[in-house]
Amino acid sequence: MIDRTIAPQFNVVEEVRLLQPEHEVLQNGVDLFVFNSGEQDLVKIEWVFQNLNTEDLHLPLLNIALAGMFLEGTKQYASAEIAEKVDFYGAFLQPEYSFDHTSLTLYALNKHVEKLLPIVKSVLTESIFPESELNTYVRNNKQNLSVSLKKNDFVARRVFNKTIFDSNRYAYSPEIEDYDRLERSDILKLYQHQINAGNCTIFISGRVTNQIHQTVRKIFGDQWDARPLDQTQQRMVDKGSQKGNLILIERPDALQSAIRVGYQTINRKHPDFSSLQLLNTILGGYFGSRLMSNIREEKGFTYGIGSGIASLKYGAFFTIATEVGVGVTNATLVEIEKEIDRLRNEPIPIEELNLVKNYVNGAFLGSLENVFSHVDKFKNVHFVGLDLTYYNRHLQIVKSSTPETIMNTANKYLDYNNMIKVVVGKMVG
Amino acid sequence: MVKYERFTLNNGLRVLVHEDKSTPMAVLNILYDVGARDEEPDKTGFAHLFEHLMFGGSVNIPQFDLPLQRVGGESNAFTSNDITNYYITLPAINLETAFWLESDRMLSLAFSEKSLETQKQVVSEEFKQRYLNQPYGDVWLKLRPLAYKQHPYKWATIGKEISHIELASIQDVKDFFKKHYTPQNAILVIAGDVDVSVVKDLAQKWFGSISSGTKYIRNLEAEPKQLEARREVVTANVPVNSLYMAFHMSDRRSKDYYTCDLISDILSRGNSSRLYRRLVKEQSLFSEINAYLLGSLDNGLFIVEGKPLPGTTMELAENAVWEQLRDLQNTPVLGYELEKVKNKIESTMVFAEMSILDKAMNLAYFELLGNADMLNDEVVKYLNVSPEDIQKTAQQIFQLENSSTLFYLAS
Repeated sequence: MIDRTIAPQFNVVEEVRLLQPEHEVLQNGVDLFVFNSGEQDLVKIEWVFQNLNTEDLHLPLLNIALAGMFLEGTKQYASAEIAEKVDFYGAFLQPEYSFDHTSLTLYALNKHVEKLLPIVKSVLTESIFPESELNTYVRNNKQNLSVSLKKNDFVARRVFNKTIFDSNRYAYSPEIEDYDRLERSDILKLYQHQINAGNCTIFISGRVTNQIHQTVRKIFGDQWDARPLDQTQQRMVDKGSQKGNLILIERPDALQSAIRVGYQTINRKHPDFSSLQLLNTILGGYFGSRLMSNIREEKGFTYGIGSGIASLKYGAFFTIATEVGVGVTNATLVEIEKEIDRLRNEPIPIEELNLVKNYVNGAFLGSLENVFSHVDKFKNVHFVGLDLTYYNRHLQIVKSSTPETIMNTANKYLDYNNMIKVVVGKMVG
Repeated sequence: MVKYERFTLNNGLRVLVHEDKSTPMAVLNILYDVGARDEEPDKTGFAHLFEHLMFGGSVNIPQFDLPLQRVGGESNAFTSNDITNYYITLPAINLETAFWLESDRMLSLAFSEKSLETQKQVVSEEFKQRYLNQPYGDVWLKLRPLAYKQHPYKWATIGKEISHIELASIQDVKDFFKKHYTPQNAILVIAGDVDVSVVKDLAQKWFGSISSGTKYIRNLEAEPKQLEARREVVTANVPVNSLYMAFHMSDRRSKDYYTCDLISDILSRGNSSRLYRRLVKEQSLFSEINAYLLGSLDNGLFIVEGKPLPGTTMELAENAVWEQLRDLQNTPVLGYELEKVKNKIESTMVFAEMSILDKAMNLAYFELLGNADMLNDEVVKYLNVSPEDIQKTAQQIFQLENSSTLFYLAS
C-alpha cells in the first residue's frame, strides 16, 4: 500500500533556457528578429510600431482608430479583397493597439505565407482609410462602446486608468462622442508618420524557412524606405501627487461592485521590479495568493480577485481587481487593506515564501510553452531597452529573496492609503 | 497529427499518453463523463458546483492547490452541459505530484462542510458576475428553455437559479461523487515531456487500486421534434437591441455536425464571411453578427446572434438574417467559398498542435466521443463535406418551425 498522505519527492526547476533570436538589421534600418523553432509548418510574423508622443491626448483615439481600420483598404486592395485573401489562405491577420505599440500580426501556414506578404506590405505602406469605411467603423464602435459601458468592470478599469495617469496618453479611453471627432485626414497623418520602416521592428517565429526569411528581408527591407521620425516627446510619464481617493460610481441596480485599487509604480527597468513582482505574486498573483485565500476561499465574497503590475515603456501601474457582492463591497476594501498591511508589518512565513518561489519558477517554465511565448518574453525586455539576461537576474532575485526583503519591498511599494480606489456599483453595509 | 498510446487499467480507467519532447512541461488532464445534462431538474448547477468542491481537499490531502503550487504547478477545470474537465500543468520533472493529487480526489473527497458553504457563495457570485450583472448576461437562461422543452440542455451549466445552488447539501455532494466520479466514467490524458512506460507505472501506482465503482448509464429524455416556431421578447436595461435565433441540429457524432460547422463558418468566420460582409458592411444593418454551434454532444443548437444598428427594426434585422439563410438553401455554395472555410479549419488544427494542454483536452474529448483517433480524422471529415451537403442541411435546419427567436430589447 502506498501512503497517500505523503507527497511524492519533487524537484526544483533550476534552469530555464530562453531562445536567443537571430538578429539582423535590414537595409532600411528595420530590426528583424528570427526565432526559428517548432515542429509545425507555420509562422507568426509581427510588425511592431512604437506609439509616438506620450503627451498628446488626441493621439490615442487616432491610434485606436488606426489599428481598428488597418485592414479597411489600400491603394491596391479594397477591404473586402484583403479579408477574402486572408481567409482563403487560412491565415489570421490581426491589428492591435496597446499602450505603447501598434502592431500587425500574421499567423499562417508556411505554404501560404508568400502569397500573403504582398498584402501586408500594401497595408503597411499604402492604406487609404476610405471615408465610407470610417463611417462604418465609427457607427459600429459607438454601439459596441455603449454596451461595454454597461459593464461595471469595464467602467472601473477606465476610471482607474484615467485617475492614476491623469494628463498623459496612458490615461485615455474613448468616450462615445469622441468617435464623432474622428477625421480621416488625422488618421492618415498619423499613419504616414508612425507606420514607417523607421519605426518598425519585425519578429518572425515558428519554422522559419530560408525562403520566408529571404522574402521578408526583400519586401520589408530592400523595398521599403524609411522616413525620419520625430521622437522628441518621448519621456517617462509624470507620477503626479497621488492621494488615495475613493471614487464611487453608483449603479443603483448593481448586484456586484467592480473594484480597482492601485496606483502608478516602477517598470521593468527599475532594479526593484523583480522583487515587486514576487511580492505581487504573494499578494494576488496566483490561485493560492493572500487575496484569493482570504477573500474568495475563506469568505466567499467573490468569484475571483487578483493583482498585477503592468510595465509600460514610459511608466507602470499596480492594480488589484475584483467583482464582489454589493453587500460586501466595503468589507472587501477592508480586507484588501489588511492584506497589504500584513505584508508590510509581518514577515512572510518561510514555507509560504518557498512555495511561491517554486510556483514562480514553474509558472515561468510553463509560460515558455512554444516558440511564440519565447517571442513575448523577448519583447517584454527588448522594448524597454533590456536583453534576455534580465530573466536570469530576475530568477536570481526571486531565489535570493527573504522574508525581510519582501517586507522592505512591501513598505516601499505598497501603500494602501495612497492607492486610488475605484468602485463601480454600490457601497452598502 | 497527434500521436498517442492508450491503455486501460483493471478498474476501467482509460489512459492516453502523448509524448511531446519539445516542452519541459507536462499536462495531466482528466475528463469526467458528467455535465449539467446529468442533473436533476430541481438541483441544477450542481455539476459545476461540484467541480469547485473538487478543489476543497481530498481524503488524504487537506489542500489541493498548495502542494501543486509548491512544485511549480497550476490547475483549473471547467464544466459544460456534457462534461467536467480538470487539468494540471506542471514541470514534467514533477509529474508524479499530479498523479498523487488527482488520484486522491478520485479515491474520495474530504467532504468538508466549510468548503461546501464557501463554494456555494463563490458560485453564487460567479452566477451574478457572469449571468446577472452583465448586459445580456441572462440570455442563455432564456434561450435554452425556449429551444429545449424536455432535454436537460434546457438549463445552463450555472443552473436555472441561484436558489438551486444555495440548497445543495453535503449528502448531495456525496451521492454525486459516488455516482459519477469513478474510474469507469473518466478518461485520463498525460501529455508533454513524458515517457509512456513511466506513465504506465505511475497510473498503475496511483489510480490502479481505486475501486471501479458502478458504471453510470445515462438515460436522458430526448428532445421531441419541434413543430412550430417559438418566439419570446425580453426587455431589459441594455443600451442596444439584440437578436438571437436558435435552430435544432444534429448531435456531435453525426456527419451533419461537420456540415453545420462549415455553414456557420461560411456565415460568420472571418471578415470575408457572408453575414459580416453583407449585413454589417454592405447593408449596414448590424454592428455585429455571428453564427456558431453550441457543439454539444446530444442534438445541438445552431445559433445566429446580432446587434441591429439604431435604424434597423427587429423585424428588418430578422428578415435580413432569413434572407441569408434562404440563400444557402436556394443556391449551392461555390467550390471556392467552401475551400476557403476548409482551409481555415486546416490551419486552426495545425495551430492547436502548438499547445500540449489543447492536445491533451482534445484527446480526452475525442476518446469520449468514441475514439481518440477521431481527433486525427477531423480534417478529413470536414474535407468530405460537399456543396450539396451544405444546401441540404441548410434546407433541413433553417425552417421556421425549427426556430426559436428571442428579441432582447432595450428598455
